[in-house]
Amino acid sequence: MIQTIAFYLFAVLMIASAVFVITARNPVHSVLWLILAFFNAAGLMVLVGAEFIAMLLVIVYVGAVAVLFLFVVMMLDIDFAELRAGFIKNFPLGIAIAMVLLAELVLGIGAYQAGALQLGTPDGLAAPMADRSNIESLGALMYGRYLILFEVAGMILLVAMVGAIVLTHRPPKSARASQNISRQVARRPEDAVVMKQPTVGQGVEL
Amino acid sequence: MIGIEHYLVVSAILFVLGVLGIFLNRKNVIIILMGIELILLSVNINLVAFSAFLNDLVGQVFAMFVLTVAAGEAAIGLAILVIYFRNRGTIAVDSVDRLKG
Repeated sequence: MIQTIAFYLFAVLMIASAVFVITARNPVHSVLWLILAFFNAAGLMVLVGAEFIAMLLVIVYVGAVAVLFLFVVMMLDIDFAELRAGFIKNFPLGIAIAMVLLAELVLGIGAYQAGALQLGTPDGLAAPMADRSNIESLGALMYGRYLILFEVAGMILLVAMVGAIVLTHRPPKSARASQNISRQVARRPEDAVVMKQPTVGQGVEL
Repeated sequence: MIGIEHYLVVSAILFVLGVLGIFLNRKNVIIILMGIELILLSVNINLVAFSAFLNDLVGQVFAMFVLTVAAGEAAIGLAILVIYFRNRGTIAVDSVDRLKG
């Protein structure tokens, strides 16, 4: 009973906050609703016993990605009202396409329930270990059978980090607008100033 | 009793909301990136639900890889957004047409 209540609580809250993410007027509010959606998704994952992924979701998404979003939204000085211009115009078509997509997905789920295509059953090699926690079983799998993939994931993160730094890094200010102090001090009036005695009615030729 | 179909329907709704978010906020890159995050989250819920109901942990390993790629994608996307804003002073998607030729 309590599982059912918890499931519906998490699911309804997650979907409601996802709706607010895409409709909020202020992107800062969008990010905050996104954080709530991630928390509720983590709750859903705890319900099926995937604690490690749930905690990873909270740490990575809420702790890193959402804060990154918040940082960027607050750092850029953008007129967000102007960016919402097409919202009403796109609304009917967007809802129509979303309904078609949702109907198709639910149809697929219904077909799965009616009798799934036989694509084979799990071979049992990756079954959770008995009387071990989710994290222990997952760790044994990740550092064993999927070690190469795990290291590739690390490489992806490294490349993403280097890429983000290379993209946003600006050379230090001295390299862009260099102030050469010795050149300023060595500047003499006779090199910089020219005396002219213009005749009346004629211009000065520089 | 909560079965796998409940999880699948919830994640389908979340996926559709992500797509709708991209559709409705076509001009605002930040909301588009958040829509992509919602889509990837729904994929993760699907993977974890199947992993739990089929008693096979591979789904959770894959969910972790999806999470990795989502984090990298958000970082790179926001970095591109920041340098684009620095150069052009706006983030409106429909003004991104420099490469049109």
